Amino acid sequence: MMGAFTPAEQQYLLLARQMQALSLAVHIPLVCFGIAFPAMVLFAEWRYLTSGDPLFRALARRWSKIMIALFAVGVVTGTILSFEFGLLWPGFMAAFGNVFGLGFALEGFSFFVEAIFIAIYVYGWDRLSPRRHFLSGIPVAIAGIAGSLFVISVNGWMNRPSGFVLQNGTAVDAEPWSALFGNAFFWHEFVHMYFAAYVVAGFLVATPYARGVLRGRGGRYERTALAIALSAAAIASLLQPVIGDWAAREVAKHQPVKLAAMEGLARTTTAAPEHLLGWYDGETVVYGIAIPRLLSVLAFHDPNATVQGLEIVPPADRPPVNIVRFAFQTMVGIGTLLALLGLVFLYVRFRKRRLPESRWFYRGVVLAGPLSVVALIAGWVTTEVGRQPWIVYGFMRTSAAVTGARGIPIGYGTLVAVYLGLAAAVVWMLLRFSRVPLDLLDAGTPAVVQVMPSSPRERSRAR
Amino acid sequence: MLADVPILLILVGVAAYTVLAGGDFGAGFWILFAGDGRAGAAARRDHARHAMGPVWEANHVWLIFVLVICWTAYPVAFGSIMSTLSIPLFVAAIGIILRGASYALRGQLDAAPERRLIERVFAFSSVLTPFALGTVVGAIASGRVPVGNARGDLVASWLNPTSIFIGALALATSAYLAAVHLAADARRVREPALAADFRARALGAAVVAGALALAGLVVVRYDTRQLFDGLTTGMGLAMVCTSAGAGLVTIGWVWAGRFGPARVSAALAVAAIVGGWAVAQQPRLLPGLTIQEAAAGRATLIAVVIAAVGGATVLVPSLLLLFGLFLRGHLDAHVDGVSLPAVRRNEPRNPGRLLEGIALVCLVVGAGLTVLGDSGWSHAVGVTCLGAFAASAFVVSAALPAGPGQTDNRQGFQRGGPTP
Repeated sequence: MMGAFTPAEQQYLLLARQMQALSLAVHIPLVCFGIAFPAMVLFAEWRYLTSGDPLFRALARRWSKIMIALFAVGVVTGTILSFEFGLLWPGFMAAFGNVFGLGFALEGFSFFVEAIFIAIYVYGWDRLSPRRHFLSGIPVAIAGIAGSLFVISVNGWMNRPSGFVLQNGTAVDAEPWSALFGNAFFWHEFVHMYFAAYVVAGFLVATPYARGVLRGRGGRYERTALAIALSAAAIASLLQPVIGDWAAREVAKHQPVKLAAMEGLARTTTAAPEHLLGWYDGETVVYGIAIPRLLSVLAFHDPNATVQGLEIVPPADRPPVNIVRFAFQTMVGIGTLLALLGLVFLYVRFRKRRLPESRWFYRGVVLAGPLSVVALIAGWVTTEVGRQPWIVYGFMRTSAAVTGARGIPIGYGTLVAVYLGLAAAVVWMLLRFSRVPLDLLDAGTPAVVQVMPSSPRERSRAR
Repeated sequence: MLADVPILLILVGVAAYTVLAGGDFGAGFWILFAGDGRAGAAARRDHARHAMGPVWEANHVWLIFVLVICWTAYPVAFGSIMSTLSIPLFVAAIGIILRGASYALRGQLDAAPERRLIERVFAFSSVLTPFALGTVVGAIASGRVPVGNARGDLVASWLNPTSIFIGALALATSAYLAAVHLAADARRVREPALAADFRARALGAAVVAGALALAGLVVVRYDTRQLFDGLTTGMGLAMVCTSAGAGLVTIGWVWAGRFGPARVSAALAVAAIVGGWAVAQQPRLLPGLTIQEAAAGRATLIAVVIAAVGGATVLVPSLLLLFGLFLRGHLDAHVDGVSLPAVRRNEPRNPGRLLEGIALVCLVVGAGLTVLGDSGWSHAVGVTCLGAFAASAFVVSAALPAGPGQTDNRQGFQRGGPTP
């Protein structure tokens, strides 16, 4: 029976991969808000509960409205992903769904909890007691983290598969629990993503306030918002290099070909140098700046270590080197700049016990928001393109997983158009939201903001 | 036996999605066809739009639930369905994006001229999505999805009499459920004109949905004989009768203006259709593939059951809480006269230097173990320490004075112009 599910001819494999990549790139920044934003909102509300200062309530309330709007967009873009797994990669689902599906089933439940409590939290500002309201936000924060953990456990399994026996190209004797959660490989991915979420959400939230400061709107409200958002982003961006070092060593140990692609290392090399910038020409990195022995140090913490090159596998089993390498360097480059910006912030914050005052700092923050998204996506490109040509590393090729259905170019084109529209709509919505005066917002309009309630009746009905 | 548990979960999910999300889709239907009535068309549109506010995301998650259980427990069936039915499923996916995004967007837009366009996108996608999903059900029910990677006819599999009928039925039941719910909700917020309008719509939609269901039996009789036989004998017949009976009872309740019980019987009428389909089709999942044959291995099925039981212990009380608050109006906006206990004013306390010290120690230990360690336990302890550093440093850093303006009048932040 299982044998009936044979790989299909698909001339648009590359387009199918791009379509999946596009959908992930749209969804992942929203995931960052799911992980990190509830904690920031709850912190602001906790400050309100302990101090009674209405400024914190106004801040938490306003942020909670952005939170649910982004959650709504995340819900639909996440749904697209689960559709696409089947629409684009039915071979993968049919052969391995029994092994990794559990991760998504668990994620489904945490998604449920998140959707339920985010609604109670955001719509309950005026009706729940302050304490109960605060408590209703806690499951949102937990579910956001749990959901991403379950999804990343699946990605960790795709990169280092175990817990099944392969028979005629199909997994049998699946052991889903140990496959997903007994796999040490996924932990570094999860922790790296967890802190990345704080970097992205923190800097993106800070960006409009930093712009406000530059334009002379630096009142106490804005500065409080900046203090919370930048604290989250700065601490996380400072920790990312440490986590990244751990991740690099795990990849060196378990996916040497991916590491070789990230570094453009064709041959197995002892005391390998690291190249900054440059281009991989199929043999070596040209026009790059070579730093002797650094790759050996980074990969194994030993300047004389031997780093395996792409040559250990036949050419058909190698990922596209320049894409992986460029993405990796982009992530590391931006990550370094963000860490420096975070260091400046934390230095001023802890030594001088105030916010930075330099205009250059705020210009940096305005850039840091979008740049952090670029770094996030570059990081995922590194690990996912670096996994190619495998969808289940070493067991199933992406080409064996793809659908035999025609019409991928039409689907891809449609999705591009819809996502461009969606991106424009979200940006426009946030800009519009930022122009709603504060006092109006606090006067009783919930997630769905009525910009100008037209009549008393409508105002009381607004939900 | 074990192989049947996930399909039962899937059926619960499909029924819940059809009833709950169906009601939300139907709200879009009534925005598209606002029509005439005692209240203004704009009021009806606003009412339909607002009523689903707090719950639509949770209702939508039932679809995700169905997908993930299906691909975990019956992977080959899932791959076959998704590849052969890629066109209607892709249409449904696009409909879901447009609908969710336009709903979130429409909320920001009461004064903007773009609101009409956005509302139309929302309403149109609310009609498109259930129809597309209905054709998918029709394709599966009529045995047009063979096992294999896109082995079925990519068009005729879902463009056929049974699929069109079930698509139309999905639309009709959605409109019907929404009208009953909106009538009840209008009653709760004391809007008699709206309640009367949606009462009339509920009666009309009930009659249309019932007539469509009967006509559909004829379609199925000629298009998919096996399904027809299943629906007209034994348990299948019992389900069809339950649905018809509950539908008639609903008409009675709505006629009498008893919208509360009508909600329940309307939901039962629709859920019974899903049950009837399941009974009529079992034990076949796809042609030549029974549920037993499609099921994943024992360990996977047990894992799904454990996950479902564990998930349900969290999910059921949470859903009861949400719908309890929602139906009692506790998630409505602030209404004058309701006041909350004020939070006592305290001087904001900034966390002390002790926490800063703890943060520093955690950073040094954590970074040391993570970077220098090479074993699982050292990474585990190291990363835990880094997490502790992050949490404590965040609390200190975010709570330090935010700079000039700190000593200003506390209410001062509310004055002044727009703020980002």
